[in-house]
Amino acid sequence: MAEKNIHLKINGMEVEAPAGSTILEAARIIGIEIPTLCYLKEINEIGACRICMVEVKGARGLVTACVFPVAEGMEVFTNTEKVRKSRKGTLELILSTHDKNCLSCVRSGNCELQKLCKEFGVDDPDYYAGENIRYAFDDSAAHMVRDNNKCILCRRCVAACDSQCISVIGANARGFDTHISSPFDKDLADVSCISCGQCIVNCPTGAIVEKDESAAVFAAINDPKKFVVVHTAPSIRVTLGEAFGMKIGTNVQGKMVAALRRLGFDKVFDTDFGADLTIMEEAHEFLERVKNGGTLPMITSCSPGWVKYCEHYYPDLIAHLSSCKSPQQMQGAVIKTWYAKKLGIDPKHIFVVGIMPCTAKKFENKRDDQSASGLPDVDISLTTRELARMIESAGIYFRDLPDEAYDNPLGDATGAAVIFGATGGVMEAALRTAVETLTGEQLASPDFTEVRGTAGIKEATYHVAGMDVKVAVASGTKNARVLMDKIRAGEADYHFIEIMGCPGGCVNGGGQPIQHAVVRNFHDLRSMRAATLYEADKNLPLRKSHESPAIKMIYEEFLGEPGSHLAHEVLHTSYAARPKYR
Amino acid sequence: MLKKVSKLPFQGTECQAQAFADVIAQYKSDPSQLMTVMQKAQQIYGYLPFEVQAMIADGMDVPLEKVYGVSTFYAQFALSPAGKHSISVCLGTACYVKGAQAILDRITELLGIGPGECTEDGLFSLDACRCIGACGLAPVMMIGEKVYGNLVPEQVEGILAAYRDQ
Repeated sequence: MAEKNIHLKINGMEVEAPAGSTILEAARIIGIEIPTLCYLKEINEIGACRICMVEVKGARGLVTACVFPVAEGMEVFTNTEKVRKSRKGTLELILSTHDKNCLSCVRSGNCELQKLCKEFGVDDPDYYAGENIRYAFDDSAAHMVRDNNKCILCRRCVAACDSQCISVIGANARGFDTHISSPFDKDLADVSCISCGQCIVNCPTGAIVEKDESAAVFAAINDPKKFVVVHTAPSIRVTLGEAFGMKIGTNVQGKMVAALRRLGFDKVFDTDFGADLTIMEEAHEFLERVKNGGTLPMITSCSPGWVKYCEHYYPDLIAHLSSCKSPQQMQGAVIKTWYAKKLGIDPKHIFVVGIMPCTAKKFENKRDDQSASGLPDVDISLTTRELARMIESAGIYFRDLPDEAYDNPLGDATGAAVIFGATGGVMEAALRTAVETLTGEQLASPDFTEVRGTAGIKEATYHVAGMDVKVAVASGTKNARVLMDKIRAGEADYHFIEIMGCPGGCVNGGGQPIQHAVVRNFHDLRSMRAATLYEADKNLPLRKSHESPAIKMIYEEFLGEPGSHLAHEVLHTSYAARPKYR
Repeated sequence: MLKKVSKLPFQGTECQAQAFADVIAQYKSDPSQLMTVMQKAQQIYGYLPFEVQAMIADGMDVPLEKVYGVSTFYAQFALSPAGKHSISVCLGTACYVKGAQAILDRITELLGIGPGECTEDGLFSLDACRCIGACGLAPVMMIGEKVYGNLVPEQVEGILAAYRDQ
């Protein structure tokens, strides 16, 4: 750590920066934010967009601050006339091929390009107007729409896709024809995209957006014949506030419930109930596999992006996936079976909406074998962003809302369910229940801290009832690939693995509120959001799924035992190999 | 210019498959040799259709999109097969000002294919090229190795017919 610091001057001020820093990083030390468009720390350091240009004394021409390393005695100027003129010219050139239909663009007000154009006073967006290519939308996928007319070729989506080891989009052709597309310009639905949405949260403009399904939800709410039930995934409570300008990691559970009531939902439930139920079924399935020599390691199936990844890339290992539906689908399944019967409502009049951190959930609820009542378990999955827009357009002043509680009984949940939103959370929740089931004794502490944290791969071994249980946790499909290759090669001796498709788990899901690259590059969203989930878990009176009164009730009244025949019919599903290309 | 992807069905032979397998065996441990492999694959198959690019991606363990990105970036890679007779119309400056575009348009009209494409019967493929060094004869086209100069659109039909009859 005793690396030498570098001394330089930025805008005449003395700055001391660690060796190896870029000009961009050094400027932050004295509170100067150099604008960027293409730069994503560690995954897209290509110096391509030319917005971060600064003057360096003695250098030939301007240099790119995002990749240019600092040197002893360097003198940097970030705001000279030459720099400002260059940035404005770059913006005008980008705008010359940009669809400037900003009025109703979903990213208007939250667009990195729009923000810069305003800041640099780009007052003639047609300065370089000329011939343009009109690209067709790609809305073939269940979860998102690509509009190349709004693409600025920053390649952040490509870097995000590559960092997930998926690489189904890239820059194709050259020169003026360069565009982002799939190989052979195939539709996204015809390639092995896993629907994770990491490209969406990294896009600076409205070129890649989730497929907005909020209109269908408004229509259901306004249909007097429909009983509309909403449930919110564990991580939404710690991210929704960001869409309303609140601090990253603020827990807004109470306001969120209040907002959903004001939107007109008939019942507001917590997907955490579904998460507790998942633990009951998954822990049981795991113990059964251990007892009966079933396929091990067993791998969690809560993350639909991960499940789709497995089906495309490791179809030979599908038997390792737990047959449990995800919490979203379990929640929907019990709403349309047990709860419908309790209320005496025909499930065909019930409309279930899941609020999810995830774009792949839009794919998941349309999968086969996800309809316990004969109807889809979940009718619509909305992302956190779509919910935020619904709240805004309904004129609900989110920040001033009172805290309200979920409806019973499907709003009752334990701390084990809350931590599902962070990588390692499902494993920890499952261990709490599996260990107590195996030993028949109370755990001294429900904390399994070895599986917490944002490391891409975590491993631990627990000695339980005379057996060593070896577990692993991976988040991001790049890390999943490492574990899957080990299993395929016969080198893995794990018993139980948790995999989440997005790096850091659901708190960093592709459906979460968008934070600009300047925030993402210098703040660890994953740990900031996850910390609030672990805090919530710590403060709950019940922290183990099997202790939940609502869970006890559903098994007594309806399901019988975990893993029962009925539980399998309602709460379990199947998978199928998928080709890489069609 | 955007490259046209051939819609003609891919017809690889056993012999080509063996030659390709040898190339993969030689280079698969070194991803930096992707372009070399693509060049050799094009020598074997004449062009790089989806089927060949998918084989390259599998063989080299790189995503298909990376192969496609390279194949659409460099002019040296063809996504459409060459016809039995490959037509090349010069659109260099001298030929262009002497009306080469009209020659090209007339060929497109007669054959139903644009630059970068091959006719369904595999007889003709069409390309637009830059100066072939025969500006004194502008506008110029080549069919195979034969050069045709001082062209007017009315001549095109007769020239092509002669190749059809061969």
